Amino acid sequence: MAHRVRPWTQADGQELLKLLPYDERLILPALQAVQQGFGYVPKEAVAQIAVALNVSVADVHGVLTYYHELRTTASAPIIVAICVAEACQAAGARELIVHVSANLAPVGGRSTDDQVDVVEVFCLGNCALGPAALINERLVGRLTPNTLEAALSDARVAL
Amino acid sequence: MTNTVYVPIDSAATSVGATAVALAITAEARRRDIDIRLVRNGSRGLLWLEPLVEVETVEGRVGYGPVTAADVAALFDSDFLTGADNGFSVGIVEDIPWLADQQRVTFARVGVIDPLDINDYEAHGGLTGLRTAIALGPSKTVEEVLASGLRGRGGAGFPAGIKWRTVLEAESGQKYVCCNADEGDSGTFADRMLMEGDPFTLIEGMAIAGIAGGATKGLIYIRSEYPDAIATMRAALLIARGCGLLGDDVLGSGKAFDISVRVGAGSYVCGEETAMLESLEGKRGMVRAKPPIPALHGLFGEPTIVNNVLTLGTVPMILAQGAAAYQALGADRSRGTQVFQLAGNIARGGIVERAFGISLKELVETYGGGTRSGRPVRSVQVGGPLGAYFPASALDVAMDYEALLAAGGMLGHGGIVVFDDSVDMAQQARFAMEFCSKESCGKCTPCRVGSVRGTEVIDKIINNVDRNENLELLNDLCDLMIDGSLCAMGGLTPMPVLSALRQFPEDFQR
Repeated sequence: MAHRVRPWTQADGQELLKLLPYDERLILPALQAVQQGFGYVPKEAVAQIAVALNVSVADVHGVLTYYHELRTTASAPIIVAICVAEACQAAGARELIVHVSANLAPVGGRSTDDQVDVVEVFCLGNCALGPAALINERLVGRLTPNTLEAALSDARVAL
Repeated sequence: MTNTVYVPIDSAATSVGATAVALAITAEARRRDIDIRLVRNGSRGLLWLEPLVEVETVEGRVGYGPVTAADVAALFDSDFLTGADNGFSVGIVEDIPWLADQQRVTFARVGVIDPLDINDYEAHGGLTGLRTAIALGPSKTVEEVLASGLRGRGGAGFPAGIKWRTVLEAESGQKYVCCNADEGDSGTFADRMLMEGDPFTLIEGMAIAGIAGGATKGLIYIRSEYPDAIATMRAALLIARGCGLLGDDVLGSGKAFDISVRVGAGSYVCGEETAMLESLEGKRGMVRAKPPIPALHGLFGEPTIVNNVLTLGTVPMILAQGAAAYQALGADRSRGTQVFQLAGNIARGGIVERAFGISLKELVETYGGGTRSGRPVRSVQVGGPLGAYFPASALDVAMDYEALLAAGGMLGHGGIVVFDDSVDMAQQARFAMEFCSKESCGKCTPCRVGSVRGTEVIDKIINNVDRNENLELLNDLCDLMIDGSLCAMGGLTPMPVLSALRQFPEDFQR
């Protein structure tokens, strides 16, 4: 998720990989650490991870492209992950997404002010209080267009 | 006397403003110069009442909900600290019939205690199970779990004791306990609530599994969509190490066991046990062919106990109260209790823990109170995105593993999603195929290709293109996915599709 990050450099990337605990010297935890530190996984980091873990570049690339959350470009400062799974659909998620697409950005897109990425997520575990979304790791429920807008304003203030 | 006030820290409660309420109560008490003790408990699971504030009184804990931060001054004005009956009051929480009628075993402490207070945990029966297991030793502990009839709560329903015995009897220098907390099924949130509301019960259950199976390392694979559960489990693990519940000498037993948390990265199929093991090894979450079974050839090829959060979280109670007490609950071959989760368009959603055998109708109507929108219930999906849709006329089915199978459905992880009469069941069927096409790991063709073709075929049916031929094709495709897929993802996706098609044919011909 979006948070304050620093630009990737060879030296910083190397340092970060050294900090991985012994039993997390594995491809996925390494990629997650890089994304946590730098906001995304730059191309150069893929080769660096391969060397550090003594695996092939193809192995690292394979893991990087498998998981929905790993990304190869920087995200907007705010990520709105809207639940599109069944329980939220039953509570009005499809209508909420129509509103968000018209007023903020389509699912998978970025707002015109470049501040917000809208992504879909399959379940946030808030299925009795849907529709739900995760806004920079803050879970919000019983969403309406208005309450979503209010939660977004909070997130903008927190930047 | 200092008043004790409870405001849940569970993320469902905070998603509708519980933290703002807690802050407002603290500020208002200070302003009025009233001494209060504020406890951030888990949620009781009466989610329609969240944020639910509770106040300790001599009669019991009195509840007020739903409350917003703007209501807090009015709460003080109307003497909520003395348990007064005002406009927000729901009475003594444990006397609310919705909760009083439940049989809480796994969720006995959730919402009651401070999740990260190990003394509160112990005062409510915690650690008794682990001490019992240490005294019994591995073989007798496994026998207890077997005798309880506990089956896997992740969805497959495999007897936990048999897995444990297999691991105990396997020869290896390093065995593992892996807890599956990748709760991806829509309509389910019990794993999350247990981790956020009573994390020590999961830690204790894993320690018992470690001692019973001879494993010294435990891993909890938590999905990244649960940031609060991750934080709570990590904090609880630090406390557990600090007080000797984990480490080189678990509660003085001379046995070592420790646990670490691993976080997922957005992949539904990683909830399948072999895909989870691959992901824990840092690889793509691709499903493995079975056999070999994980109990013999699991994490890094070593014998591994893989169980769901609810399975492991129930074990301490079983050991503490005896297998017979747990086995006495339930119906037929489904023993004990199931943590049902009422979700979707439902008036009173939340956690209902009852012995197996309760009817779906009672859960949806008596507990759930029908839809939140007030419109008639049209359809109920049981068991997550791979579970069957039941029409409102067919809710008289007993909720246990075998009865649901006989009725053409499955229990899954116990999620129940209610839809009102505005639902378009053809769209729900299409969504099931589309979801599978997005989340398939890609290892086997019926799932990887079948789900894409399935979405296309349903679109053709909806658009009235060669309807009869495409209906036949869809049925054929579903047969192929059921018979030919490697795991439940492709094998069960036809269940929501075919149940929608058979129970709601009118939605497919508009």
